[in-house]
Amino acid sequence: MRFRASGDDWVELELPWREDLLGEADRHVLASGPIISLMDMASGLCIWTCKQKFEAIATLDLRVDYQRPARERAAVIGRAECYKLTRSAAFVRGVAHDGDPDDPVANIAGVFMSINAEARRVPQ
Amino acid sequence: MSRSDDSIGGPVGDHVAALTPYARSLGIAVDRYEDGVPVITVPFASGVEGRPGHFHGGATSGVLETAGYAALRCALTERGVQPQLKPINITVQFLAAAKNETVFAMARINKLGRRNANLTVEAWQSDRSRPVATAVMNILMV
Repeated sequence: MRFRASGDDWVELELPWREDLLGEADRHVLASGPIISLMDMASGLCIWTCKQKFEAIATLDLRVDYQRPARERAAVIGRAECYKLTRSAAFVRGVAHDGDPDDPVANIAGVFMSINAEARRVPQ
Repeated sequence: MSRSDDSIGGPVGDHVAALTPYARSLGIAVDRYEDGVPVITVPFASGVEGRPGHFHGGATSGVLETAGYAALRCALTERGVQPQLKPINITVQFLAAAKNETVFAMARINKLGRRNANLTVEAWQSDRSRPVATAVMNILMV
């Protein structure tokens, strides 16, 4: 996985096509699992970019809607945007595409929680 | 990879062979069958590590998804059909940090229609009553 670009509240990562990440052995199409990994990673990075600091976060909920399979032997680009940040939660949306962002492979929505030092001191 | 319990369930070997290249790259295997439903297992290794000493959320999602497909494949095989499975969506809820221990996952088929299926999947570690993640999946069958 490699970094492509970022802005104030978004990050773009690229997952190169890899033989061992295929969804079906006889078709050269990426499995859906790596797309979740890609988008989870891009989501985390866009939250840190948005906060302008590194803070431990946990994924609470991640939803992936698959529009179509990725093209054969195509790298998949994941772009995640943090559209709302509260003290404890971060809301993210994004797309995974294989070249054209207007023709996505998948759309995602996620909610993340900050694990900050004060919260950790609260007795369980 | 546990293949010692072929005798207690279905054809474990066949299903291991049927796992996707992606599942194999994560180190996923079929551990056993419970009432004909496969229990998927993945040992902790560097390939699934996210935060040091913990499973990456994407790896956990991959395990849940694989358990979902495996359960659906088994149910369809029992019906004597082998349609192509296409993901519609998956929603993963992360309930606890998955530590450096083996993860297990098993699916429940809520609806098995002719065109689509709805599944709930649960993943746990040492304490089955405390799942580390759950998922809801919709799968299209063509």
